[in-house]
Amino acid sequence: MSDDGKQATMPASMNGAHPDAAMRSLPDNLAVKCPKCRELLLGKDWERNLKVCPKCGHHAQLTAQERIDLLIDEESDFEQIDRDLVSNDPLKFVSLSGTDRSKLDGLADSTGLKESVVVGSGIIDGLPVMLVIMDFRFLGGSMGAVVGEKITHAIEIATYERIPLLIATASGGARMQEGVIALMQMAKTSAALARMAEAGVPYIVLLTDPTTGGVTASFAMLGDVTIAEPGALVAFTGPRVIEQSMHIKLPKDVGYAEYLLAHGMIDGIVHRRALKATIARLLHLYDDAEKAMN
Amino acid sequence: MLAFDLDFEKRLADVDKRIQGLQKKGSKLKGDERVKLNEYQQELETLMREVYGNLTTWQTVQVARHPKRPYTSDFIDLMCENFFELRGDRRYGDDRAILGGLASLDGETVVILGNQKGRDTKERMECNFGMSHPEGYRKVLRLLRHAERFHLPVITLVDIPGASPGLEDEQRGIAQAIAENLMVMSALRTPIITVVIGEGGSGGALGISVADRILMLEHSIYTVASPEAAAAIMWRDSAYAASAAEAMKITAKDLKQLRLIEEIIPEPLGGAHQDKAEVAASVKSAILRHLAELRRKSTEDLLECRYQRYRDIGRSAIANLPVGALP
Repeated sequence: MSDDGKQATMPASMNGAHPDAAMRSLPDNLAVKCPKCRELLLGKDWERNLKVCPKCGHHAQLTAQERIDLLIDEESDFEQIDRDLVSNDPLKFVSLSGTDRSKLDGLADSTGLKESVVVGSGIIDGLPVMLVIMDFRFLGGSMGAVVGEKITHAIEIATYERIPLLIATASGGARMQEGVIALMQMAKTSAALARMAEAGVPYIVLLTDPTTGGVTASFAMLGDVTIAEPGALVAFTGPRVIEQSMHIKLPKDVGYAEYLLAHGMIDGIVHRRALKATIARLLHLYDDAEKAMN
Repeated sequence: MLAFDLDFEKRLADVDKRIQGLQKKGSKLKGDERVKLNEYQQELETLMREVYGNLTTWQTVQVARHPKRPYTSDFIDLMCENFFELRGDRRYGDDRAILGGLASLDGETVVILGNQKGRDTKERMECNFGMSHPEGYRKVLRLLRHAERFHLPVITLVDIPGASPGLEDEQRGIAQAIAENLMVMSALRTPIITVVIGEGGSGGALGISVADRILMLEHSIYTVASPEAAAAIMWRDSAYAASAAEAMKITAKDLKQLRLIEEIIPEPLGGAHQDKAEVAASVKSAILRHLAELRRKSTEDLLECRYQRYRDIGRSAIANLPVGALP
C-alpha cells in the first residue's frame, strides 16, 4: 500500500463549508434546515447528531471524509491509496452543456476530491479493514474508469492481505461521459469480487442514499452482508424514472431501504449512531472465524 | 427483396421503387427498359455504398433497431442444428425476453442464448420489447451453470434496449440478478463468446455479456445508457438523443478503436436485415474461429485472460496511474 495517511485528510478549507446544497445552511453553519422535514436546527446539534434529523430521522448524505471519521477508530490513521488518479477524458466527450473539464476543476475545489470515491485502509474497533467510500457530491458519485480502478485495486489488496472489505455506496451509476468504458467497470469490479469470494475474504456493503443504476447492479448487490442506512434510496431504476417510463404512480416506499429489506434484498437497516458498532460486531465474528481456521 | 424503411433511406427507396416497377414487367421488358433497369440497379448499389459507408451514429442506431433486423431466434435457426430450448429460472418464471438452450453448432454442442425482442405486436408484448426481467437473468444464470457443468462453450447474443425498468423488476431484485451474472460470468470455467447483434443497452446488456471475446455486427451499438436516457440524464431532454449517441461513442467502430471489443463482423450492404442468411453465416464463422482459439487455452489460462481483459479496461483512461505490480 502506498500514499501517506496524513495527506489523506481533507484540506482545512473544507471544514465548516456545507457541500450539500439541499442542506440550505446559513452563514457559518449556525443553523441548518433538515432537507426533508425542513425543521430548523442548530448547526452544532446537526453535526453532533451525525447529520441525522432529530425530528424526522432523515439521514442526510455524508461526505467521504465524514463517513471515514464516523467509522474508523479515533486513534487510527486512514491510509489512502490511489488518491491522485484522475480521468483523462477518454472519449473526448462533447457535451451540449459546456465543457466538463471546467466543471471538474470546480468540483475538485469545492469538495477537495479528485474523484467520487475515496479508498484506503483503516482500523475499526481494533480490526483492520479496507474501505471504499463513495461521495455523491462528485458528479453524483458516478463510476468511470478511475472509480472502477480504485475499487478493483482495493478489492485486490483486501483479497491479497485477507482483510475484510467495506464499501459504502452513494452513486447515480455509471458515468455517461465515459461511455462503455464506464459500463465495463461494473464487470471489472465484479470480477475482482468473484476472486475475493473464492478466497473467502468477507465483503460488507453499506448502502447509503442514494445508490442507483450500474453501481446497484454490480458491487453494491454482491456483499456477503449488506446493510443500509434508514430511508436510503437504493434501486436499479429510481422510482421517479419508473413512474415516468411506465406512466404509473408508485407506492411511497418503493426503492427505499425499508422496501429492500421487506423484499429480502438486504440484511438490515442501521441507524447512523449504531453503524460503527454494528460493523465492528460483524468484523469480530469474521475475525474469530479466521483465527479459528489458522 | 430489399427493404428501405428508414428516414435516411428515402433516396434508396425511390430508386428501388423504379427498379421494382420495371421488374414487375418481367419478360415483357423492352430493350431500352432493360438498359434503364440495369442503370437503376447500379445507381442503387452506388447509393447504398455511399449511404451505408458513411452512416452517422444516429443512423447506425436506427439500423441497429430496425424492426426487420435478425433477432436471436433467427440466428439460432440459421446457425445451429437441433436447438433444444431450456426455459424458466426455476425460481419465479420464464422470461420470454431471453431465448436460450442447447444446440449443435458445426457439430459441437454449445449453450446459446440471447435477448429476444419479438417481431409482431403480440410477440413484442410477450417479450416485453426485449427488456429482461430478473427471471431472465436468472434463467441465463441457470444456463451458464449448465454449460459449466457439461464443459459446453457459451454463446450469447445481445440485442436489448435495457433491462426492464418496472416496479416488479425492483421487487424481484433486477440489480442483484444482473450483478450476480457479472460475477459468475467473470469466473465461469468454460469459454464465453458474445456477439452484439443489435442494441447493447446498458447494464441489461452487460448482464449477459461478460465474455472472453466480444464481437459486434458492423451496425450494432453498445451503450452505457440508451441515447434517450443519457440525453435526459445529462441534458434534461431526451430530444438530444442523437447528440448523446454521438458523444458516447457507441458504434462497433468506436468500440473497436477503444479496444473494448475484439472484432467487427461485416454486415451485408444495407444492413443485416437485407440478407439474414449471409449475416448468420458470417457470425457463425467468426464464432467458430474464436472458439477454436479459446479451446486451445487451459481453463486456468482462459480465466486469467478473461480477468485481465476486464482488469485492463479503463486503465488507459486514467491520468497519473502508477506503473507497477499489483499485489
